[in-house]
Amino acid sequence: MMATNAPPLLEVKNLRVEFPTRRGTLVAVDDVSFEIAPGEVLGVVGESGAGKSLTGNSIIGLLEPPGRIAGGEVRLEGRRIDNLPYEEMRKVRGARIGAIFQDPLTSLNPLYSVGRQLIETIQTHKQVSAAQAQARALALLKEVGIPGAEHRIDHYPHQFSGGMRQRVVIALALCADPRLIVADEPTTALDVSIQAQIIALLKRLCREHRTAVMLVTHDMGVIAETADRVAVMYAGRIAEIGPVRDVIKHAQHPYTKGLMGSIPHLGERGGRLTQIDGAMPRLTEIPRGCAFNPRCEFRGARCLVERPELMAAGASRAACWLHDAKGVGAPLSKDGAKELANV
Amino acid sequence: MSEFVQIDGLKRYFDVSAPWLVRQIEKRPRQIVQAVDGIDITIAKGETFSLVGESGCGKSTVARLVVGLYPPTAGKIEFDGHDMSQRRSGSETSTLRRRLQMIFQDPYASLNPRWRVFDIIAEPIRAFGLAKDKADLRQQVEDLLRQVRLTPADGAKFPHEFSGGQRQRISIARALASRPEFLVCDEPTSALDVSVQAQILNLMMDLQKRLQLTYLFISHNLAVVYHISTRVGVMYLGRLVEVAPTETLFQRPKHPYTRMLLDTIPDLEMTGRQRAPVGGEVPSPINPPTGCTFHPRCPFADERCKVERPKSLPIEGGEVACHGIEEGRIPIDERSYTKAS
Repeated sequence: MMATNAPPLLEVKNLRVEFPTRRGTLVAVDDVSFEIAPGEVLGVVGESGAGKSLTGNSIIGLLEPPGRIAGGEVRLEGRRIDNLPYEEMRKVRGARIGAIFQDPLTSLNPLYSVGRQLIETIQTHKQVSAAQAQARALALLKEVGIPGAEHRIDHYPHQFSGGMRQRVVIALALCADPRLIVADEPTTALDVSIQAQIIALLKRLCREHRTAVMLVTHDMGVIAETADRVAVMYAGRIAEIGPVRDVIKHAQHPYTKGLMGSIPHLGERGGRLTQIDGAMPRLTEIPRGCAFNPRCEFRGARCLVERPELMAAGASRAACWLHDAKGVGAPLSKDGAKELANV
Repeated sequence: MSEFVQIDGLKRYFDVSAPWLVRQIEKRPRQIVQAVDGIDITIAKGETFSLVGESGCGKSTVARLVVGLYPPTAGKIEFDGHDMSQRRSGSETSTLRRRLQMIFQDPYASLNPRWRVFDIIAEPIRAFGLAKDKADLRQQVEDLLRQVRLTPADGAKFPHEFSGGQRQRISIARALASRPEFLVCDEPTSALDVSVQAQILNLMMDLQKRLQLTYLFISHNLAVVYHISTRVGVMYLGRLVEVAPTETLFQRPKHPYTRMLLDTIPDLEMTGRQRAPVGGEVPSPINPPTGCTFHPRCPFADERCKVERPKSLPIEGGEVACHGIEEGRIPIDERSYTKAS
């Protein structure tokens, strides 16, 4: 873990992302705030549509229109980057923030050899000669563990396997020694054995380069092995954020509890999995109060009307009235009176 | 225990050669993918047999061969005593076909977007003539919808109005419509979020109990397989390397590849167990390695493994195809991947 009083590398404050549509404005990311310290790995986990990728894309300035940042701010090393003009942002992206996407085939240009793509990126961001750039490209390919790098540097993306391509993408992200890497589902398209290799690689490189990582994924297993802290997102908001051990072992938000219970574990076989009934609400019909309330077994009258902000809950912070002094309000059903086991 | 489904020496090769003229001009040989290269499986009535493996190991091809979407290159599939490859009259074929159904991976691609849900589910009932009249048909479809926890009113909607999990429920309802005894499920939860995956897995287990279904379950997710299966077969490059009852496989895995796969399961208990990333990748099935196809990645490989293809030998209630295990070179240790042990 990092020093606790270091100034944050990345600060996201009250971020709000909207999509204007014919039937009104959809709020896809709503009032999301978090910080990432230098060298820290923050996992962002959630189900599809929770807004985790949009949060990542807002930070690297690659939000696809018509989506737009409607409120809040993003600061990198104290400097505001969410309102930079396109050309300015291009200099930040790549040089200060690297990006790794899910599908390594679409993030590489199929018409250029990987060496050329690496050299181009290095020369864009660093004042180096062609020979130096070439040497650095080769060194990077070796560092990410591509066998026969001297020979492979002239190969094209289609000549690499999925795992090897993702290694090239990681090398590309590291080209200009960024302080932060936003990795959006970096292992989802890969087989389990390759997934383990890529995670080990990402962990080692970030430790060596002291690069912070925002790891966006739906896979709790990947988070458990990689992240220092984790933010659980639900319907565009952070439901719970805290040290990874606490969130996984002592989840404070009913959604996190349900999510952890629904992952099949080795050890309990044949029994029913904990299931959260229903599905995440569509952006057009996010309920009033706490967005999770229709699926929550602990809900009270207050959850239907008042929206909880993040509040201290155990070692983490959770957006749930169960952790407020005034509680969830009058019980709604016989289940409503139940309390979270470890509260 | 009577064998409900018996697969013997099943092979399926695909010809992926360039066109004839190109081959002549560039002097290229034919290229054959050995997608499934001789596997034997027996499945008892009422059990869940799972096939696991990485992408390209041939597990989905097995699923398609079993339901008859591909004809096998060689080998035999027997379903309840009937040889599936035998030619028979149309009515006999349809009686057999009715009894086995398939659930596909992608619920976005496997439902016709122009049909209402009612018609999607009613199609097998109509095709096999299982309804007496219109009222009976409606009744059956409504029962099926309820069975998968949807409402009869959902029948009037189109697939795009449903989420991924609900669509997979519709696929299950359609598969159940012909009252099958055997369901082949090809990665039914891979496209779903974890909380929805839990709903679908619970539903599948409930239905199995209620309707005495037999499942052939294809998945790459070992935790899901552990949860749902009675027995597990591990595939690598078109061959079965190990078959064992679930508890045995997860507590005393034998084949080095099985151990490697188990090592890659993310550790959610945070016990600090290090995932040992194994080097190397799955080789191309066009030119698979000689002998044991796993030998280039295997830490225990010796000369024999490079030349001689290992045979499946019975051990501890399962079967393993590995020279090292056969010769006793590889120690079998308790690996305790499960909390219980």
